[in-house]
Amino acid sequence: MLDAMNTARAEILDRIRKVNAGAGAQERGIAYQGIERGYQQAAEVSGTVLAELFADRLREYDAQVYETTGADVRDAIAKALAGHGQKSAVVAVALPEHWIPAGLSWRTEVDASTDAMSRAAGAIASCEVAIAHTGTIVVRGSRRLTLLPDRLLCVVREEQIVETVPEAFARLQPFAKDALTFISGPSATADIEMTRIRGVHGPRFLDVVLVRG
Amino acid sequence: MSIRVGGAADAPAFPKAAPALLDDAQLRKNVRHATDVITQKRARVVEEQRDWQQLRTSASAIKAHTMRYLDEYLLQFETACTEAGGQVHWAADADEANQIIVGLVQKYGGREVIKVKTMTSDEIGLNKGLEMNGIRPHETDLADMIIQLGRDEPSHIVVPALHKNRQQVREIFMQAMGLKELGDRPEDLTAAARQYLREKFLTIKIGISGANFLIAETGGVCVVESEGNGRMCLTLPDVLITVAGIEKVIPAFRDLEVFLQLLPRSATGERMNPYNSLWTGVQPDEGPKHFHVVLLDNGRTRILADEEGRQTLHCIRCGACLNACPVYRQTGGHAYGSIYAGPVGAILTPQLFNMQHAESLPYASSLCGACYEVCPVKINIPEVLIHLRGRLVREQQSEASLEAISMKAVARIFSSRRSFEAAQRLGRLGQWPFVRDGWITRLPGMLGNWTAVRDLQPLPKQTFRSWWRKREKEKRNA
Repeated sequence: MLDAMNTARAEILDRIRKVNAGAGAQERGIAYQGIERGYQQAAEVSGTVLAELFADRLREYDAQVYETTGADVRDAIAKALAGHGQKSAVVAVALPEHWIPAGLSWRTEVDASTDAMSRAAGAIASCEVAIAHTGTIVVRGSRRLTLLPDRLLCVVREEQIVETVPEAFARLQPFAKDALTFISGPSATADIEMTRIRGVHGPRFLDVVLVRG
Repeated sequence: MSIRVGGAADAPAFPKAAPALLDDAQLRKNVRHATDVITQKRARVVEEQRDWQQLRTSASAIKAHTMRYLDEYLLQFETACTEAGGQVHWAADADEANQIIVGLVQKYGGREVIKVKTMTSDEIGLNKGLEMNGIRPHETDLADMIIQLGRDEPSHIVVPALHKNRQQVREIFMQAMGLKELGDRPEDLTAAARQYLREKFLTIKIGISGANFLIAETGGVCVVESEGNGRMCLTLPDVLITVAGIEKVIPAFRDLEVFLQLLPRSATGERMNPYNSLWTGVQPDEGPKHFHVVLLDNGRTRILADEEGRQTLHCIRCGACLNACPVYRQTGGHAYGSIYAGPVGAILTPQLFNMQHAESLPYASSLCGACYEVCPVKINIPEVLIHLRGRLVREQQSEASLEAISMKAVARIFSSRRSFEAAQRLGRLGQWPFVRDGWITRLPGMLGNWTAVRDLQPLPKQTFRSWWRKREKEKRNA
């Protein structure tokens, strides 16, 4: 088995090298740098326009957006949860405790088993970066938390919003080897007659608390 | 070497398979509806993306660059993935890949596996390979589930069950899940799938996935999806096995900024699909404890060796060319006899087989170029189709075949004005027995293949050249 695999490895690499004879490692770096990248990289909008673009794109995915300011994050979260009549939640380890509404029954993701998370009423997470152009929230870690409960609430601070996808990748480069999840709206399918159905296996509801300023 | 592309080696040729499908009114209606919807959604989000052409150009350049240094990028990926706790395996063909995967599942003591939609696993016939060894695979993508539970074949790269409508899906689900009652609204059917699979996600310990992108720089993998079934399979099991073609590697993390803008808009007409998962090897806190990647050749290095055909390897499996293709829109995917249908399937399948099977596919096209126009990585599919037709003629036809002899004769006639015009005169004289009401609908012998599917207009009484000569003459006389 191991022999067959080593043979396959040598065979495949050998066949590629025969075809690509003369392609050297030094030349490769220069060639990569020379790849044309004429697409939009930098932002063209900022401030309120940017935040509103992001909120609009989220709403197009059927996400609920609650705008708030730094001092009132806790109230906005409470309001969003009340909208679902939600009284308990599993929360991200990194979530500041002073954001958690009084009276909410909660535990952190590390304290919740997978089964418990699957039965949980909802989850509260924060994000690493958000992309206005595509209405995308990028979460580092928290893979089970942002997947298993039926409702996901995500807090996005204004300074985390970028306009373009390339800007997001530049910000994410230091975390390139971490588990990253790009979330754009609730889980969905259009597999049956191309009718978009919200909520297949991931959360059916996505609420975003957008912290301005 | 045993190259396999699903069951494509034994499938009937396109001209034999297509007529029966064209007679299936329900199927044609379903296919037409689905392709219309995606095409419209795609057009809207492509139009608003002002730098679309620049993105296509960059994507094409990144892919061409990667192919040029493919050995080095694969080795870089292997090193980085291994450093991050993953294990990389290499498989020369479908059988080797199946052996490796079955071996791994047995090593970890699994009797069942959960699967994320992967065309590559369909290509190598993995489900059959697992079942033969007593391992039960569960497809978890909604469309793949419909295909698996209905014992059907995928007919589209992105929406494999688009040929089934809601009533058909309802019947399949009721029977396979043993349900006495089930509505036929897409909401009901989706809820049934959610319930059926949730317990499997939570209990089955081995997951199998494909990959949209392998990142050489980090050793990471990216999987793009909508439903969350992918994330379940990538996150919850103890063991994850990812099978990917060697052409799936990209140089760097940042290159995703190009492909993640092109792929969702092209595939489903969304600005971004609901979920992209990126992970590297084994993460300490969450996710599988054991991670294996199987790198598959299965004919790809041979495609790489063909200077004109190698751009086929740039494909990111978005399915836009299927939706745009006037032939696919009529027949659906099954006529192609391969899990890779449509324009890209028509160039990919025969090349994977080294033109030994599926050789009718390069002809299953009108060369209209719609596929090239929508391709997010700018694969010039019509150019490759013509190239492959040429290869087939050169490799498979003997010098003495009737077609070769006639083509030579035609070439001689077309090479001089005098013989060309003589042939036209002869044709005008000879065509009269075949003209009915101003059309030729049936020709004898080999020419009958042409008129079997299209009518011809007869040669006109006067050609443009003779009209022009006459006109010049009259001018001089006047």
